[in-house]
Amino acid sequence: MAGAAREAIPRRAVGRLSGLPTRRIIQWVLGIAVVVGAALGASKTLALNTFSASAWRDLVVFGVAQGAIYALIALGYSMVYGVLRMINFAHGEVFMAGAFSSYFVARTLDHSGFLDDNPIVALLILLLVAMAGSVGVAVLLERVAYRRLRGATRLVPLITAIGASLFLQNTARGFFGAQTRGYPTPEILGGSWTIFGVPILRAQVIVIVVALVSVVGLSLFVARTRTGKSMRAVAEDKEIASLMGIDVDRVIVTTFVIGGMLAGVAAILFAIVFQVVGPFMGFIPGIKAFTAAVLGGIGSIAGAALGGLLLGLLESVGPSLFLTGFHIPGPNQLRDVIAFAILVLVLIFRPGGILGAGDAEKV
Amino acid sequence: MRKSRWLTMVALVGVLTLVAAACSKDNGGGGGSTGSSGASGSAIDCDTVQFGCVVYGPGEPIRVGTLLAISGDVATLGVDSVHGVELAIDHLDGKFDATPGQLLGHDVTLQQEDDLCSKEGGQSGATKLAADPTIAFVIGTSCSSAALGVADTILSDKGTILISPSNTAAGLTAPSQHQPFYLRTAQNDAIQAKVVSDFVFTKLGFTKAATIHDESPYAAGLTGGFKTFFEGLGGTVTDEEAITSTDTDFKPLLTSIAQTHPQLIYLPDFNPACALIAIQAQDIPDLKGVALMGSDGCGASTFFDQAGSAGDGFYLSGPIASPGSTTSALSDEYNAAYKDQFGSPTADFNANAFDAFNVVTDAIKTVAIQGSDGSLSIPRVALKDAVFQTVDFAGLSGTLTCISTGDCQAPGAVNIGVYQAPDAPVNPATPDAKPIFNEQLTLAEALGQ
Repeated sequence: MAGAAREAIPRRAVGRLSGLPTRRIIQWVLGIAVVVGAALGASKTLALNTFSASAWRDLVVFGVAQGAIYALIALGYSMVYGVLRMINFAHGEVFMAGAFSSYFVARTLDHSGFLDDNPIVALLILLLVAMAGSVGVAVLLERVAYRRLRGATRLVPLITAIGASLFLQNTARGFFGAQTRGYPTPEILGGSWTIFGVPILRAQVIVIVVALVSVVGLSLFVARTRTGKSMRAVAEDKEIASLMGIDVDRVIVTTFVIGGMLAGVAAILFAIVFQVVGPFMGFIPGIKAFTAAVLGGIGSIAGAALGGLLLGLLESVGPSLFLTGFHIPGPNQLRDVIAFAILVLVLIFRPGGILGAGDAEKV
Repeated sequence: MRKSRWLTMVALVGVLTLVAAACSKDNGGGGGSTGSSGASGSAIDCDTVQFGCVVYGPGEPIRVGTLLAISGDVATLGVDSVHGVELAIDHLDGKFDATPGQLLGHDVTLQQEDDLCSKEGGQSGATKLAADPTIAFVIGTSCSSAALGVADTILSDKGTILISPSNTAAGLTAPSQHQPFYLRTAQNDAIQAKVVSDFVFTKLGFTKAATIHDESPYAAGLTGGFKTFFEGLGGTVTDEEAITSTDTDFKPLLTSIAQTHPQLIYLPDFNPACALIAIQAQDIPDLKGVALMGSDGCGASTFFDQAGSAGDGFYLSGPIASPGSTTSALSDEYNAAYKDQFGSPTADFNANAFDAFNVVTDAIKTVAIQGSDGSLSIPRVALKDAVFQTVDFAGLSGTLTCISTGDCQAPGAVNIGVYQAPDAPVNPATPDAKPIFNEQLTLAEALGQ
């Protein structure tokens, strides 16, 4: 028995701490440290009882609303990765383009009073304009920047995507100026609705509902329709799919279009909740959404949605829950630390993300 | 084969063009920090004195650099200061007539750089200006973060004066950190922090406050100063938080602060953070009735654009220009000329920029060596000494005396006022608004000395 075990240990491990899997041990230690730290912080915070139940409830709702926006952007990342095996870093700018194109229409509608008189129609118009703007930029990106690079090594489209992102940000800056602008929102979106006895801001209700509908709609589309089936086929194996008679180019463009539409929806929701637009507004949400997609399992739709939700909750509830107990001053500054620590934790044990396939090599 | 060769040629040409562009000299002046000391036989020898002289040939324009926040979210601050400088150039001939005047027979032109309200902007802009030997002095920066340890050091190392119209962080003129060629005509924020805490404690009667800063030296200086003075009066700071200026979601932060039950939140940050917090605070039920207050960083016209009616009730503190009796007439003319040429001011520091320009040009008039051929040499160290010896200068922002640490303060005290939105002078809708509270303090009084 012992002899067989010794033979199974790879050569390079022999002579290194008698074959202990040191990497695994370190991973486990780190993981347990983070979990224990979080649990300890949470218990101490709850013992302090400085936050009322309604405050926790509010934080959870904020987290879900923020997470919904991240989820919509993360879906774009996930789908493009699934089909092209490429991280589209310019997706944050696709989101920004939607916000900006709808901003000008919103401003006009606001001046004429249409925005407040017919808010539902106005919002639908803005939604369509935002989707058009985002889709336009997404398709342009695919055509100009990514199509030629289909066969290249993984790093090349990545660098191109980063370059495209910077290009789009600074083009917007050149056209529209670097300052952020206030986004006009219809008055009926102020105030809150009481749902199941919980008062939730109207804007946030809309965000959550729209995001939910979008995710469900997208899942049904991918699962049931023919285009969806083609997308799944191309995601599985491009070459065989093309041999089967699927127009791969068309499917890829469709993927970008759908990703762009979702980014446009996210842009409108962001504008409604935060009421600002600016040429660099896509950068940080883009990174956060990418993180969310990786967290949930990039390449999977449910993964992107779950990752977005989780990231939103961690950012919102995390600092208050885990750090207040340790009496750390200004805990909200560390929210990114918490979010990324959890990301690292998840990736240590599930390199493909929570719902991912377990394949660690992404680039 | 052919294609790759052609591409190589193009790449080579591109690289050579870049190298040629980088190596070409920037024209505009005598091109050199040394020059003849002029036929008038002055005691200063530009070839041997430290840092040399700035030399302008006959007819060449005197070049003044500006390193201000002229783009992005704080552009209202920097552009407003640029306008103050432009009016000063206009006034060189004694009249506000929209035509630039001349200094010692030479035109004055501006070399405008962007400080981006950040360390990076301060560094790149200052490096560019320091490398140009024809820049006589620099007016800047807008934001303390661009100056502290960055622009002030880079320009002092080249012997170029950097005089700021709006840097208020106390650290810039602290004896341990002050750079020899740095001055400012803006107030020292120790004063503003004291006035704010006096307002909150005595006028509003609040004993519990929370603070939010954005990690910049300006904001952190103000919240730190506020804490010291407020607690000295007997108040309590219930929560001290920090944000990043690019954050957009403040609701979890505000919920967290609300749990500590402050009566006021002091957030001396910049826009859009101030506007966003004003909007989002309305959505936090636990913050009902809690007042919000910002300082001159929030006090820009962009606050009113972005916050709209959500900003009503927001308190804003900022400097009030207090021209002396000799300059109040000039102040009226200046304000009229500003409105004429540029519309309503978008920030509080344009008068300080006007004064900064004039403090240095007055000193230039005393130390410049004029050659008989019309050339002009300005010895750098002599100019610095002359500026630091400015006493009782009749400025728009007050009667200024420059002290060795670089503060060009009005010894008769700095006037800080508090306004309540929407009645604030930086709101385009209420340019003549009066403050609801104001206090005049000297730096020594503020520090309790």
